[in-house]
Amino acid sequence: MPEDLNWAIGGEAGDGIDSTGKIFAQALSRAGRHVFTSKDFASRIRGGYTAYKVRTSVDRVDSVVDRLDVLVALTQRTIDENTEELHDESVIIYDGERSWDAEIPEEVVGLDVPLKSLAEDAGGAIMQNVVALGAACAVADFDIEYLDSSLEKRFGSKGSKLVENNQQAARMGRDYVYENYDHDYPYSLETTDEDYVLLNGDEAIGMGAIAAGCKFYAGYPITPATAVMEYLMGRIDRFGGTVIQAEDELAAINMTLGAARTGARAMTATSGPGIDLMTETFGLVATSETPMVIVDVMRSGPSTGMPTKQEQGDLNMLLYGGHGEIPRFVVAPTTVAECFHKTVEAFNLAEKYQTPVYLVGDLAMAVTEQTFSPEEFDMDAVENDRGKIVPEEEIEEWLDDEGHFRAHANTEDGISPRALPGTANGAHMSTGLEHDELGRRTEDTEVRVEQVDKRNRKVETAREREDWSAREFGNPDSGNLVVSWGSNEGAIREAMAEFDIDARFISVPYIFPRPDLTEAVEAAEETVVIECNATGQFADLIEHDTLTRVKRINKYNGVQFAADELAEEISAVFDGVEPEVTA
Amino acid sequence: MSSETQAHFTDFKSDKQPTWCPGCGDFGTMNGMMKALANTGNDPDNTFLVAGIGCSGKIGTYMHSYALHGVHGRALPLGTGVKLANPELEVMVAGGDGDGYSIGAGHFVHAVRRNVDMTYVVMDNRIYGLTKGQASPTSREDFETSTSPEGTKQSPVHPLALAFSAGATFIGQTFSSDALGHAAVIEEAIEHDGFALVNTYSPCVTFNDVDTYDYFRDAIVDLEEEGHDPTDYEAAREKIMDFDTVYTGVLYQDESSVGYEKRLGLSESMADVPEGAPDGADDLVREFY
Ligand SMILES: Cc1ncc(C[n+]2csc(CCOP(=O)(O)OP(=O)(O)O)c2C)c(N)n1
Ligand code: SF4
Repeated sequence: MPEDLNWAIGGEAGDGIDSTGKIFAQALSRAGRHVFTSKDFASRIRGGYTAYKVRTSVDRVDSVVDRLDVLVALTQRTIDENTEELHDESVIIYDGERSWDAEIPEEVVGLDVPLKSLAEDAGGAIMQNVVALGAACAVADFDIEYLDSSLEKRFGSKGSKLVENNQQAARMGRDYVYENYDHDYPYSLETTDEDYVLLNGDEAIGMGAIAAGCKFYAGYPITPATAVMEYLMGRIDRFGGTVIQAEDELAAINMTLGAARTGARAMTATSGPGIDLMTETFGLVATSETPMVIVDVMRSGPSTGMPTKQEQGDLNMLLYGGHGEIPRFVVAPTTVAECFHKTVEAFNLAEKYQTPVYLVGDLAMAVTEQTFSPEEFDMDAVENDRGKIVPEEEIEEWLDDEGHFRAHANTEDGISPRALPGTANGAHMSTGLEHDELGRRTEDTEVRVEQVDKRNRKVETAREREDWSAREFGNPDSGNLVVSWGSNEGAIREAMAEFDIDARFISVPYIFPRPDLTEAVEAAEETVVIECNATGQFADLIEHDTLTRVKRINKYNGVQFAADELAEEISAVFDGVEPEVTA
Repeated sequence: MSSETQAHFTDFKSDKQPTWCPGCGDFGTMNGMMKALANTGNDPDNTFLVAGIGCSGKIGTYMHSYALHGVHGRALPLGTGVKLANPELEVMVAGGDGDGYSIGAGHFVHAVRRNVDMTYVVMDNRIYGLTKGQASPTSREDFETSTSPEGTKQSPVHPLALAFSAGATFIGQTFSSDALGHAAVIEEAIEHDGFALVNTYSPCVTFNDVDTYDYFRDAIVDLEEEGHDPTDYEAAREKIMDFDTVYTGVLYQDESSVGYEKRLGLSESMADVPEGAPDGADDLVREFY
């Protein structure tokens, strides 16, 4: 891979770190460079430290590394938090006029730029971050015109004066560095003619939902799922839909269920604590056989855990949560782009099988802004399959001798007909109580078994009809097998490529049903399952499926895997050294 | 059921025989609901009934329409989702006082302030029936039950006052055995544009020997006979805050009310899904350039 640059801006929450980082990422994307961003809300020191990190290259980047080349530090804490990632060619841009006495590590180049006073000269202190972006352009040898264009995008709606002031502020930062420092920085950001789009996992889920014809969304704000709701708000209505901020997650899932029963494609999104609250109604969704998509963007648990930290700890809950036995699908996209595709697929699965679908994301993917070719989100390729909705003309076929609609008809494939409200002669009631074909309460032992079997049979049907394959990378003939799920894919791919690890890598986007990995595991000499949780929930499933012990790499300190760190751990496993679990 | 022919109230009856105790107030409550639905020009195919959990919640089984029997306390959010996603449906929600004012109390307040156009009939028997006789949030302070052997020692919830303070646009109260009066109030509730609460006294003959038919028959004051004007806010407030009198009729109606779904600009069913991404979806990708 040609040189990648790792850039970050850090300060206190409220310093506009996120939006500044996004402006820079956008500028890089406009320059035809690939971008992979990550957000750091540190927990080592209490308080509001926050950083936005951008990794960029002309090649595609799918992960973070533990290295920082250019750091815009608005506070001393930003430097302290990142000391380990700095190296002897790192550059720190800081404002020596500010009240803190910046302590710049010895081997690092410190560029003292009067960010605040330059911003004031350009029209307002508020633009100090933009001055810093200009300074960064000088250090990274990056054409400031790309920054112009992303400032235009960010502030264009607020008037041309504001845009011009910001563009001016950026130039003052750049020129200050040119005029006052004559270092020869080792960075140079090549540009290309590519046109990329830049988005994160939550946005991709929201876009996927609209593409799938979802018109109803009810949710309750929770990190890191809120961005799904914020994305849909103001957009879904253009397509005839609506977003409701419910009073809590209990209301959110019930509103979604109500909407789904009218025939709308309906979705809710939340994170672990919200899934807990939704679990009772989840059982009703499944027994009433209502198609619905429920998104869980995981964060560190249990309880309120670490709300702004990465974890993949909800798997067992999604698979087994709820009393009784509940057929469901659990789908877990492995990249930001897959968040889009799997959301579309989730709606199709939900409607074809009249079963709730858990779509599992995680914080790392939800907040990661990543560049893609727009073709990766090909709207023409979207196909929506609604399953067995019965039109008025065919309703007769599904009525019993007394003219009642058989909403839970015991069919061979387990899938019953669906009459949407308003369909003449389709009126029926559905209940969470065990029911007969008509949806009426029963405690008849035979009917009970028949209905349980019918609902479970849908999963068997789906197993046969759908393609539950996994994504494969690396050397298919290697005796070393790496298995993972969720957002770890990028870091693992890069670790393998960059550090020459000989392994077959299977990244699994379906948790239930899931691809059968027995053959792959049996063929391998050594299998390692990588996931961001302490107990290895996915590894347990693999062992259960394949009756073979697997090795595990687990990380649960709240931070996503970095490629270089993973490279060491994976190599250690395959070289017979037990990896150390990062706590 | 074709919509050209006017439905008869028996069209809303299922052929399941209710398992309510003989004499239960819920029979009368249900009959009035069916009559009101038919009288307002609805039929089972355009009606969606959401029921709670409890003896009262069984109503979904005994009526015939599109219906969903929810989980305990969550009927109002269900009804909200149904109505917003298809405003063409007539949405009626029914449940008990435990369902609506205890486990579902949070949703009740928000349903009131959200003002989605639906009718909420609470079958208030001042006790938990289905779980066999525990105190409910509307039980009197000195009411002795298995879970309140020396009385509840809490003041009861006053549903009408709760609704009023949350900004309700329609508040009615009925007595299930007053067949005509009960149906008439529900008809008005159906025709109201917005959230309409009808608290219906629906006596439990098995577990509540205090709030009986006789008690209600004696206690009730009919607002129509009183010449009450429900659109007079102050007069309504006075009646609603009078916790010592059991009024029936429409206590309050804000005639300028507009249902939430209208305020959101929703008027059509959201059931249509295109075969591919909807027109204009490409713009969504372009936004990320
Ligand atoms: C989550 C949950 N908790 C408790 C119950 C048990 N439960 C069923 S009905 C009911 C109370 C019903 O009382 P009310 O709403 O007043 O209705 P009624 O039976 O009196 O008509 C309770 C507590 C339940 N089904 N679900
Ligand atoms: S227990 Fe009470 S509320 Fe329940 S059916 Fe019997 S009389 Fe009605």
